[in-house]
Amino acid sequence: MRTFPIGGIHPHDNKEWSKDKAIECLELPDEAKIPMIQHIGAPSNPLVKRGDKVLVGQLIGQSTGYVSANIHATISGTVTAVDAYPNGQGQRRLMVVIKREGDEWLPEIDRTPDHKRECTLTPSEIIDKVREAGIVGLGGAQFPTHVKLSVPEGQKAELVIINGVECEPYLTSDYRNMVERAEMLLTGTEIVMRAVGVSRAVIGVENNKPDAIAHLREVIARDKYEGIEVMPLKMRYPQGGEKQLIAAVTGRQVPPPPALPISVGAVVCNVSTAIAIYEAVQKNKPLIERVVTVTGKHLNSTHNYLARFGTPVSRLLELSGLPEGDVKLLNGGPMMGRSVVDITAPLIKGCSGITVISGEEAARGKELSCIKCAKCVSACPMGLEPYLLSKLAKMQKWDMAEEHNVVECIECGCCSYTCPSYLPLLDYIRIGKQTVMTNIRARAAANKK
Amino acid sequence: MNELLLTVLTLSLLGAVLAVVLYFVAQKFKVYEDPRIDDVEKMLPGANCGGCGFAGCRAMAEALVTRDNIASLYCPVAGGEVMTSIANFLGKTAPEKAPQVATLLCGGTCQKRPKVNHYDGARSCAVVNTFYVGESGCAFGCIGYGDCVAACKFGALSLNEETGLVEVDADKCTACGACIKACPKSLFELRKKWPKNRAIYVACRSKNKGAVVTKVCKAGCIGCGKCAKVCAFEAITVDNSLAYIDSEKCKLCRKCVNECPTGAIHIINMEPLKKEPKPAPSAAAESKVETAKNE
Repeated sequence: MRTFPIGGIHPHDNKEWSKDKAIECLELPDEAKIPMIQHIGAPSNPLVKRGDKVLVGQLIGQSTGYVSANIHATISGTVTAVDAYPNGQGQRRLMVVIKREGDEWLPEIDRTPDHKRECTLTPSEIIDKVREAGIVGLGGAQFPTHVKLSVPEGQKAELVIINGVECEPYLTSDYRNMVERAEMLLTGTEIVMRAVGVSRAVIGVENNKPDAIAHLREVIARDKYEGIEVMPLKMRYPQGGEKQLIAAVTGRQVPPPPALPISVGAVVCNVSTAIAIYEAVQKNKPLIERVVTVTGKHLNSTHNYLARFGTPVSRLLELSGLPEGDVKLLNGGPMMGRSVVDITAPLIKGCSGITVISGEEAARGKELSCIKCAKCVSACPMGLEPYLLSKLAKMQKWDMAEEHNVVECIECGCCSYTCPSYLPLLDYIRIGKQTVMTNIRARAAANKK
Repeated sequence: MNELLLTVLTLSLLGAVLAVVLYFVAQKFKVYEDPRIDDVEKMLPGANCGGCGFAGCRAMAEALVTRDNIASLYCPVAGGEVMTSIANFLGKTAPEKAPQVATLLCGGTCQKRPKVNHYDGARSCAVVNTFYVGESGCAFGCIGYGDCVAACKFGALSLNEETGLVEVDADKCTACGACIKACPKSLFELRKKWPKNRAIYVACRSKNKGAVVTKVCKAGCIGCGKCAKVCAFEAITVDNSLAYIDSEKCKLCRKCVNECPTGAIHIINMEPLKKEPKPAPSAAAESKVETAKNE
């Protein structure tokens, strides 16, 4: 069975808590706060003002550049404010607040449950629809999908890879999507193949989800989806990383930045994103909701919700009940998730789950000295030297950090996970990466002049 | 015996020949260096702190000697007197600059700005800043892990465990500006240094609206503008719901201190003005003016 060639770790997957919970529609919130930035790139420009009436699916935030995404109203009602509110990290960002009145949708959105497979649109029409619908990568990176689907001139896509790996422990939203919405996923895959002009697609799924693999294979055979293949992969974190998945599936290595996955002929797209593409293209439905896992060992109940963006995190947790004492709330899973410090913060496009960990489990060990055991080096899936990068960043030797390719770090956290001295390696590497990226951009800007 | 003699002779001869060669090479490739650079370097404090903008004192000395106009060059550590003597030595005119002191513009002590979450990652303000706003709810306030303390080469900064804030020792501070660069929240400012280290400043950088500020911090500036109204010297401006006192215009008259409803205006090494009895209703709020302890 295939996997990526170097590094990686094998944490307990903890999926048993929520994997058998079917997707349930979360009751609509009375008020939704919709941030004007839920993607990588330029923030969107709000199109509504206080007192405006909006319908579900109505455009309320216009994208302001190529790498940017449209934002749509997720509930219908009246706009009560356009102001800055705290996001999950407590930082204040511009949000549109909508007070709900009923649930009225834009008339052009097809809300019938029928599956619509036929698609006769040209690639550029598909990409336009994806852009209009404000679709971003739902695996967590939130990169605008229309940019990914637009193959740059002079390069050619050979293969579409659908990311059903979900290597992050605890999360099960992609798994539920594969089991319950396989037809939507496969039609979405066909649309992506059409958009980038290839005839072959591979759905990579880790072998800890055998029923998803079997179900997808069954639907492919039954409904005759041609050119789509399901590839079981050996369980290993961070297989869901774009470069790791390409290496696992094709054996090809994506060159260091600024090269993109398209340089080895691959277009990678998450399972949830493929479903969103299906809904946007076939049903005219913009990206307004997603499947989000609410999980944790100490919760009364775990769920896989289909929830609208803008729903407060507190509402997602309402039915599960937080345990006593200190807890750590994570937007995402325990490896790459960001902690949430404000539960009034809204659900955003990139949030695939809310993981609740008890304070005891979350506590870090006491920081000791580096014993040069090189466990972090063998764990790094990018072949970097985390102990060195961390030290260079701590000493603010940005030039040397750049020489040692700090920008290639994918922030998977394998180094901090394996460190027997409990060093916060990634914490410092992240600063190094950010500073070096800023320096590189500043240099490029200076060279342009 | 013969071999020993031969060896000694050969080596001596070789040494003599190479010495002659080296002498001529040294003459040929001699680089002239202005001897004044060494003298100026000796006059500079030798802290190599980078506060002047150069890599070290040597680089600063070179610039002072080689540039015609040295008005833009200033060593904050040495101060005006040394700069004048250097200028006199070089026959140039020195820039005039009043001494400055670094000031932390945050008054959110642990009591006034309670912690709302617990952080246990790397103990560094820069790291915290990459994750989220910090342990208090204020996105503009001091994080309190002391990146500035580590950056200060003169030992002028210290972390007060009780208040959770960094304190500046004005006598040790040389205004080199290292703390300004180290603070990820840009909380430091170089302000005019008054005799006896007196100072009045708004200890808050929060650009949030008043209602948001009071929710997370009881000592923050709410942008009410009362201070700006009483200021007779137009030193106070209110922008983005944040008052700012220009230290160049301020005359330390202390009128604004009593006006501030939250005590965001700090007064250091001075007694606040006596309360006038007439504005009775708000007198209770105003009496809570914070006075610095380090008299």
